[in-house]
Amino acid sequence: MPPSFLEIGLEAARRWHELTAGERPWIRIGTALCGEAAGANAVVAAVESALESQGVSAEVSQVGCLGLCFAEPLLDVMLPSGHRVFYGNVNPENVAEIIATHVLGGTPVTAMALGYITDPDSDAPVPDGIPDLNQHPMRIWENRIALRNAGNIDPLDIYQYVANGGYQALHKSLTNLTPAGTLDEVKSSGLRGRGGAAFPTAVKWGFLAGNPAPEKYVLCNCEEGDPGAFNDKNILESDPNTLLEGVIIAGYATGASKGYIFIRHGHDGPIERCRAAVRQAQELGLLGENIMGSNFSYDVEIALTGDSYVAGEETALMEVIEGKRAMPRFRPPFPAAVGLFGKPTNINNVKTLSYVPEIISRGGEWFAGIGHDTSTGTAILCLSGALNYTGMVEVPLGINLKDVIYEAAGGIKDGKALKFLQTGGPLGGVLGADNIDVVLDFEVLRAAGAIVGSGGIIAADESTCVVDLTRSLIAFCQYESCGKCFPCRMGMSHLLEVLERICDLEGTDEDLTLMRSIGENMQAGSLCGHGQLGFNPVSSALRYFRPEFETHIVERKCPTGICTMPRFSPALSRR
Amino acid sequence: MSGLVQQIHDAVHGQTQPTVTVLSSLLAVEDALGYIPKEAVEFVAGFSNSTVNNVWAVASFYPNFRFEPPAEHLVEVCWGASCHLVGAMGVFKAVLDASGMADEGDTPDKRLTVRFNTCLGACSQAPVMSMDHHLAGRVNPELAAKNVANLLAQDGHAS
Repeated sequence: MPPSFLEIGLEAARRWHELTAGERPWIRIGTALCGEAAGANAVVAAVESALESQGVSAEVSQVGCLGLCFAEPLLDVMLPSGHRVFYGNVNPENVAEIIATHVLGGTPVTAMALGYITDPDSDAPVPDGIPDLNQHPMRIWENRIALRNAGNIDPLDIYQYVANGGYQALHKSLTNLTPAGTLDEVKSSGLRGRGGAAFPTAVKWGFLAGNPAPEKYVLCNCEEGDPGAFNDKNILESDPNTLLEGVIIAGYATGASKGYIFIRHGHDGPIERCRAAVRQAQELGLLGENIMGSNFSYDVEIALTGDSYVAGEETALMEVIEGKRAMPRFRPPFPAAVGLFGKPTNINNVKTLSYVPEIISRGGEWFAGIGHDTSTGTAILCLSGALNYTGMVEVPLGINLKDVIYEAAGGIKDGKALKFLQTGGPLGGVLGADNIDVVLDFEVLRAAGAIVGSGGIIAADESTCVVDLTRSLIAFCQYESCGKCFPCRMGMSHLLEVLERICDLEGTDEDLTLMRSIGENMQAGSLCGHGQLGFNPVSSALRYFRPEFETHIVERKCPTGICTMPRFSPALSRR
Repeated sequence: MSGLVQQIHDAVHGQTQPTVTVLSSLLAVEDALGYIPKEAVEFVAGFSNSTVNNVWAVASFYPNFRFEPPAEHLVEVCWGASCHLVGAMGVFKAVLDASGMADEGDTPDKRLTVRFNTCLGACSQAPVMSMDHHLAGRVNPELAAKNVANLLAQDGHAS
């Protein structure tokens, strides 16, 4: 017999109290992919060896990402019943001083501290001479829903999730709401898919709920091959239980019998943290037979794909779980009728499902009150490129993109000027610097020629060449074309050939017209979004930067000189 | 059973997840051996009640699979848009120069494989590279060359 939810909650509260108000300091270090790339693993080792050599006893947790990737490695020290103090850009050399002065001596190293965050349960005075981290430009615009626990809790410990309100939404659904009532909450929230298409989630769930088949599947897509987007992997690394709870609730609302979480092989951090969440949920009876004593039985499995961008397309994803090549299927039949292993199936993105627990807990109306028109809720944006503050923010939809770039992200690095933004992944588009005074809203951004997509926003400064970037994006799209439909397979190759010619300063007057014609054929003749949207990088670049293309072609000149520098493209291509 | 086939057998039969497929079996072999020998294609075909043709179709589709034993070390350079815009080409050139290569692939002495990766997943720390699957962000050509040199100074895996 697994423990009751009440017993799990009591144990979680006991452990949390011991962690935050017990005898020992709590040290947290962000070791998501972003932290690892910044050198966090060496900091963890340095912390452990400093604690040992100085004879200090402290709890050390590897957490996910607080969003402030630019300041990583990020070391977070909380003394018993105290507030959290964050040290940014920590290196193994200055760890010993932080441990000696702060953890052992009880006084924060003010000069090295990035900021503090108050603990709601602590009545200690806030540290002197250290800024409030919630007033940091990157944090003041935020409204954290899906990311509410990111960077705060140990992703490998389900009890920490429960202690912070976790699995309350599942409990509410199973005990107070019918599947239809659960679906109604999602409907009133106005939640739309965050994988790129922005389709209303409740409508999608309704298709599956309406299918009476006994075996049905819910698939969660964390393929996330978009360069510039890392929010799905980051959620899995920071708070996998939020996603898992969303996957379980989706199963309940749609009457599914099993869920799959789909991740790219090789992304070990996200895979391991997600596996741990599933295993712990199974041990506590939050997955399996008669969950929380209800009639609902459901399990979740993690499925891996090989490297393939198209594997993130919903029908290709089903092919991959079945063990085949990542190639899209014809539609109809749609997945809600004939999906994985021929059974009715619903597919959602990680971010979409990660909103669900809070929507159920706080009500759909609450979520619908955040955002802009029919774009309800928040956007989880990955900020990268030439920005002062790179990282991940969760901001209400309706925020002005200009504010995201110049306020939250702190503007362009090294005092340079913004040239353009590339948004929504390789199939998204570019926005010229003069055109970013737009609100974040699915429709508004699409009308501007870019998309919110999966939330990636890459900033390029004046030293970059837009023709070179377009060539690189099309090289990616060509490399990733699965080859099933010839308009995409040949169109991408042909587009790349033309763009390489233009970058070689050997373009012809007909090339821009030729690319448009290729693009129109790809859009009309391809089975999935990869080919249908594959001309977007070119068309949006031409929309804002036509003169720069013409300079390459007519004057045989690359104004920034980038196109004259060595460039490399992958030698491997799909066979 | 030869040693190699035994290793393939153990990898394929060692899968613990409920859904076992041609692809999952190939991934298990790659995790165990670092490549897909032709014996594995045959083994997985028999194990999955499939054909060598079909298993090869799957294996050859995904560029993470390689079909000859891996070099001692692997260096990957991310060429996603974030990295590209902040200097990935310069990093790639430095990595190639430091390893004496003209393009991606294995060095003749099999000490190093150099590969493009479409996205290493740490875009906020661009440009990113990885050494034997350990990420390093905010690199520049000098750091990248140093990373390669440090890697080559280490002993490889047992081979």
